[in-house]
Amino acid sequence: MKATVVVRPKQGILDPQGEAVETALEHLGFTVSAARVGKVVDLELDADDPEQARAQVQKMCEQLLANPLMESFEVEIHG
Amino acid sequence: MASPQPRIGVVTYPGSQDDRDALWALGALDAEAVPVWHEETELPDLDAVVLPGGFSYGDYLRCGAIARFSPATAAVKAFADAGGLVLGICNGFQILCEAGLLPGVLLRNESLRFVCRDVPLVVERDDLPFTSRCTVGQRIVVPVKHGDGRWFAPPELVRELEANRQVVLRYGEPCNGSVDDVAGICNEQGNVMGLMPHPEHAVDPLLGSADGALILASLVESARELVLAFN
Repeated sequence: MKATVVVRPKQGILDPQGEAVETALEHLGFTVSAARVGKVVDLELDADDPEQARAQVQKMCEQLLANPLMESFEVEIHG
Repeated sequence: MASPQPRIGVVTYPGSQDDRDALWALGALDAEAVPVWHEETELPDLDAVVLPGGFSYGDYLRCGAIARFSPATAAVKAFADAGGLVLGICNGFQILCEAGLLPGVLLRNESLRFVCRDVPLVVERDDLPFTSRCTVGQRIVVPVKHGDGRWFAPPELVRELEANRQVVLRYGEPCNGSVDDVAGICNEQGNVMGLMPHPEHAVDPLLGSADGALILASLVESARELVLAFN
């Protein structure tokens, strides 16, 4: 079973990387009102049940993949 | 009787850079500096521990996030939980935050630039084992060199830390965008401290400043008092 974790800087947290990306996009002529930069973690799991997999990945996020002080996360499970 | 030399460990992780400078500086300040390898599951007999600067585990995922799982960090946590003195410098500060030994987290500098220069710091506490040689309000100059030094905590946590007087050092001028200009903080008990500036790089006037020695010599002195108290 595969899982994808998206980790984002929490709302309200200054994200200078996102601001730099926004400025760069504007230099290219795009109009962007905001850009935020996070990260994606793709996982392959030994789990048969999607709910069991989700519970596992949730724990992984809480314990390592995201720092709850500054980041939020979303988990997606693929069959 | 000659005053005893306290034994102060310096942990070397894969990617640590300032471990040797920390060992040298502690030795120069009359401590017995003891290298500790990250795979060690138990600390040798120590009176204090320093987690040095660098880029442990390549700063993968988040600064300090992987070093938190190394055997030596677990041993340092046990040491700190038992009241042992622990000082984290730069990456060591990041590791202590990720390990939950210090509050908050260190984020990418506001400017996105790596800052590498001497900065003025204002001392907020002089009653800690790490600052006994300083005085409150004193301005000291210590270099920083980091890309991820912007200390952050949510407002309610910041209020709690300020009320507990856990902010030990503040930048005397804008540096990296840290909340409330925090440069160094301690835990509630006051036996664990972390700071982004590098006291080990400022222990001799030849290095541009000897003010870092105020912090490290405070630690050496406090560790020595512990030795005397137990003998």
